[in-house]
Amino acid sequence: LQTRAPRKKKKAKMFRNQYDTDVTTWSPTGRLFQVEYAMEAVKQGSAAIGLRSRSHVVLACVNKAQSELSSHQKKIFKVDDHIGVAIAGLTADGRVLSRYMRSEAINHSFTYESPLPVGRLVVHLADKAQVCTQRSWKRPYGVGLLVGGLDESGAHLYYNCPSGNYFEYQAFAIGSRSQAAKTYLERRFESFGDSSREDLIKDAILAVRETLQGETLKSSLCTVSVLGVGEPFHFLDQETIQKVIDTFEKVAEDEEGEAGEGDAEAAAAPAEQGGGGAGDQDVAPMEM
Amino acid sequence: LPVWFSINADYFFLQFTIPIDNGDSVKTAEADSQRTLYPYVTGTSIVAIKYKDGVLMASDMGGSYGSTLRYKNIERMKAIGKHSLLGASGEISDFQEILRYLDELVLNDNMWDDGNSLGPKEVHNYLTRVMYNRRNKFNPLWNTLVLGGVKNGESYLGMVSMIGVSFEDNHVATGFGNHLARPILRDEWHADLSFEDGVKLLEKCMRVLLYRDRSAINKLQIAKITEEGVTVSQPYSLKTFWEFKAFNNPTAGAEGSW
Repeated sequence: LQTRAPRKKKKAKMFRNQYDTDVTTWSPTGRLFQVEYAMEAVKQGSAAIGLRSRSHVVLACVNKAQSELSSHQKKIFKVDDHIGVAIAGLTADGRVLSRYMRSEAINHSFTYESPLPVGRLVVHLADKAQVCTQRSWKRPYGVGLLVGGLDESGAHLYYNCPSGNYFEYQAFAIGSRSQAAKTYLERRFESFGDSSREDLIKDAILAVRETLQGETLKSSLCTVSVLGVGEPFHFLDQETIQKVIDTFEKVAEDEEGEAGEGDAEAAAAPAEQGGGGAGDQDVAPMEM
Repeated sequence: LPVWFSINADYFFLQFTIPIDNGDSVKTAEADSQRTLYPYVTGTSIVAIKYKDGVLMASDMGGSYGSTLRYKNIERMKAIGKHSLLGASGEISDFQEILRYLDELVLNDNMWDDGNSLGPKEVHNYLTRVMYNRRNKFNPLWNTLVLGGVKNGESYLGMVSMIGVSFEDNHVATGFGNHLARPILRDEWHADLSFEDGVKLLEKCMRVLLYRDRSAINKLQIAKITEEGVTVSQPYSLKTFWEFKAFNNPTAGAEGSW
C-alpha cells in the first residue's frame, strides 16, 4: 500500500499508525490522531479543577515543580476582572492562549466599556483551536483550558479542548489523576449551584487533595483563585488556603484520634511561607 | 453666512489639505477630496431627558439644505436593538451610515443568541470609538448623536459629538438645543419626572427652539424608551403665539433698514 521510513517509537500511550503524521490526515475510521494526541498532552499535565455556584467560580490547581531547585509553573491566569483560566498540558501553549484571551477581553472592554461575556470568549477560543486542526502547517494547541467567568446570565465554567470543542460544566477537573477529583465532584456537584463562596473554595481544595492521592495537602502545593458577583478575579493567599485546609485536616485528625496526629500536624502548621516542618521532603523552595 | 458655505476656491483647498493615508495608500490632494469637508443636508437640535421610567427624546422632522428647509419628513430618532434609542443632528446621510453600522452590530449581537445583549452603554461607547476614529482620520461623520436607553432598570443618556467628545448626563441637547434648551432643563429638570411632566418640559424646550432656531420646523416627534422598549410618537405640531404687540409694528422703535 504505502511505504514510510521507519520512525522512532513514540511514548506508547496510544497506538502508533500511518495516519497520525499530520493533523490534516483522516484515519479510515474517521479520526484525526494528531488532535487526539494533543488531548493526551492535556492528560499528562498536572491537575486543574474548576467549580461554580450561581454567583462564584473557583479555579484551583496543583503546583508541581520540575525539581527541588525550580519554582512551579503558573497555571492559572487572570484574563480580566471577571474571567480567569486554569490550564493543563503544554503550559507554553496555555500562556499564549491566555494572552490571546486577555487581548480579546481588553479590546471588547475598550470598545464597549463593558466586560466581554465569557460565553463569547470561549467560542473565539474554540474557533482558534479548530483552525489548528485544519491547517497542514499547524499543530493543535496541547493545552486544555478551564475558563471561569461571569456575565449577564451568571457564573459560568467552560472547558476548552485542543479539538476545538468546548463544554459548559458545573464542575470539572483536567490533567493527571483528574479522575479522582472528578469522582469527588460528581458526588457533590448538584449542591454547588447554591453553595456559599466558602464551601465552594473548600470543595475545590478537597478536589485538589483527591488528585494528590495520599500526599499531604499543604497550601504550598496548590493555587486557588476566586471570582464572583462583586468580587473581581484574584488569587487566595497561602494563609487563607492553609486555614481552609486546617478546617478539614483538623476534622480528620479528631476523627482519627491520636493515630494520625503527626501527619496532620505537619500539614496544619502554617509557620513561615514554604513550611519547615519535620519530614517535609518535597517543599518547593520558591513561592509564587 | 454659515462657515461651511463659504466660497470653495480650489487654490484655497489645495493649500491647506494634508495628504491623508486612508488605509490603502497616501492620496494626493485631489484624490482625498473624498473626505467630509462640510455637511449638506442637516437636521437641527435633539433634546433628551431622563425621566421616571426611562428616557424621553424630542426632535423635529426637518432636513435643511443650507438655508432651505428642503425635507420635512425626516425621522431623526431610531431604535437600536432592544434597549437603545439614537437621535442625531447634523448630516443626515452620515446618520444613515451610522444606522448601517449599528444594524450590523445589532445583527451580530443577535446572532450570538446567548442571553447577552448590547445595552445603551455599550452602544454609546461603540459610537464614541467610531466618531473619534473618524475624526482622527480627518474624515468625520458630521453628527452629534444622542444615545438613550434602559437596561435592567437602569436609565442611560449620553451624547457623542463629531469630534468624539462623549459624556453622559441627566439631560442633553445638540446644536442650538445646547444654548436654548439646556438652560431651561437645568432649572426645571428633576429626577423622577412623570411621563406627562417630561413631555411638557420637552415641548417647552422645542417651542423655544421653534421660535428661535431658523432650521426648526413645527413638526416634531417625541420618542420614549423604557424597559419595555421604544415608542416614537406620530408627528405633531406645537401651538405657537405670534400676537405679541411688538410683532405688529416691528420697526416702530427703530426706523431704517435694520
